[in-house]
Amino acid sequence: MKNRAKLLAYPYIVWMAIFIVIPLLLVFFYSITSGNIYEPSSLSFTLEHYSKFFDMLYLNVIWKSFRLAIISTVLCLVLGYPVAYIISKSKQKHRSLLLLFFLLPIWMNFLLRTYAWMAILSPNGFLNKALEFFGLPPIEIMPGQTAVVLGMIYNFLPFMVLPIYTVLSKIDKNVLEAAADLGANSFITFIKIILPLSVPGIVTGITMVFMPAVSTFVISRLLGGGKELLIGNLIEQQFTIYRDWHFGSALSIILMIMILVSMAIMSKVDNNNNDDEGRTAMW
Amino acid sequence: MSRKIIELKNLTKSYNGTKAVDNINLFIRENEFITLLGPSGCGKTTTLRMIGGFENPDSGDILFEGVRINDLPPYKRNINTIFQRYALFTHMNVYENIAFGLRIKKTPKDEMDRRIKKMLKLVELEGFEKRHVDSLSGGQQQRVAIARALVNEPKVLLLDEPLAALDLKLRKEMQIELMDMQKNVGITFIYVTHDQEEALTMSDTVVVMNNGVIQQVGSPVDIYNEPKNRFVADFIGESNILEGVMIEDYLVEFAGKKFKCVDKGFQHNEPVDVVIRPEDIDVTRREDGLLEGVVTSVVFKGVHYEMLVESNGFEYMIHSTDMQEVGSEVGLTFGPEDIHVMKREVTEIEKQG
Repeated sequence: MKNRAKLLAYPYIVWMAIFIVIPLLLVFFYSITSGNIYEPSSLSFTLEHYSKFFDMLYLNVIWKSFRLAIISTVLCLVLGYPVAYIISKSKQKHRSLLLLFFLLPIWMNFLLRTYAWMAILSPNGFLNKALEFFGLPPIEIMPGQTAVVLGMIYNFLPFMVLPIYTVLSKIDKNVLEAAADLGANSFITFIKIILPLSVPGIVTGITMVFMPAVSTFVISRLLGGGKELLIGNLIEQQFTIYRDWHFGSALSIILMIMILVSMAIMSKVDNNNNDDEGRTAMW
Repeated sequence: MSRKIIELKNLTKSYNGTKAVDNINLFIRENEFITLLGPSGCGKTTTLRMIGGFENPDSGDILFEGVRINDLPPYKRNINTIFQRYALFTHMNVYENIAFGLRIKKTPKDEMDRRIKKMLKLVELEGFEKRHVDSLSGGQQQRVAIARALVNEPKVLLLDEPLAALDLKLRKEMQIELMDMQKNVGITFIYVTHDQEEALTMSDTVVVMNNGVIQQVGSPVDIYNEPKNRFVADFIGESNILEGVMIEDYLVEFAGKKFKCVDKGFQHNEPVDVVIRPEDIDVTRREDGLLEGVVTSVVFKGVHYEMLVESNGFEYMIHSTDMQEVGSEVGLTFGPEDIHVMKREVTEIEKQG
């Protein structure tokens, strides 16, 4: 019986090998070689692509990518937590509808949504038209970092709301009553019970917003107007414009390692919160 | 008699038009162990939750030491609750769980340590301070929940089926432990259960409820021996309930015969319900019995045999340590004090008709 069940895992293992492990190995292989990728014999080992990265030009790009991603993630958390909390507290019959409102944007195409923000934020867009109508001076945030951050928040907010909502709605109502029973008013109950119990949802939300935000190239290209080069754009350019697969691969590996490190730090925070008694770490 | 600590006056609560608690009047004395007993949906938990402040009554008053507390939120009531599924704080260890209420009251550290130590000793969980509550067994979790409530030294402790999730053996142990604790700490316990045996074992006073209405209030012995109506007789223990007529004081007719009994105060020829407990009926030789019958089934129950004896169209349940063969003809006998006469219940349908 047990061995039969194992057989069911094979298709996925094969899938994983072909589409995840082998490509990753290839990316790693390209990142430490140079030469013509179509002529294997011309390839030779080198670490120059990695050393090339440690140039202020590229370091600035990665710094900016992380900075914008962190700002977007923090704002998503600040905006998303209350939303998730309110939905989880609302009556059962209203819940699905409220949740739908916040998740509806995901059903639409990602590019379409971002183009919509271009239409809103561009110098002659809806926003400035509206400001003009009320006799206010126009604001120029697009192209620019503000527009990129706004685009990130809009696109990734549902991924913050959903995991936090899930965790909050799973908190046993009895536990909150127990806190009230022991003398905690609603503020203390929130700080000492609800917030700590929702940390796993917050960590998942941060992960799910931060990872796509730090590596996006569509949002920064459309809303940054080509001025705001992020690490995602840099990698994209290496493959599509400069045809330098080796440097592109090295950049991808570096980005992966940095994301991995930030996630490890996040899960460390999560674990410290859950005090003693060996809990299994995510990493 | 000690004074009344809690009084419920004309308390009513409905959910979506159905009355969960219907005009209840009850008082609870200081240091009393009182149990609300009834089948699920009888309103016992709703009553408890109203005392705790988790539900607001639609009408009626809840008095605590003579003061109306209807509008007081749970965190301002000098009452603590032990919830059915313990409701421990899973992100805290045992110490922090118990310290929760004390920290809110800003208890000094050394006093807090002392009181928590005392509690852990009481619930026999010394040395468990740093343990994570998830790593404890059901019985241990239950005891943490008890310690977490008792450490606040409430005047009243509400217990909502606290032992329902434990296995039989542990449940019996915890029953004894809870009774001991109640005597030691001198706190009023309001206990909710659907388990009649648990209610009879533990309580000073049992309140039997059904359909949101109190059926009977009394000591366990009273409730068992003198059930007020058919519902109580049926719910508490096993019973044979027969329809009869009260001929006059101390004389009742049922099963086609007249019997001496110890009940009085009924009208002449008033229709009544008669209860005879299965363990009060003795099986004799056919010719020696008050009633004659045929054994239709015998089930071994461990301590006793449960037999059904058919007599004149009625099946009597009998508990006895002596077994009879199925099909054998036997006599049944019981004394006047074994016959319990109750006023006939006017059922809802009869009321409407």
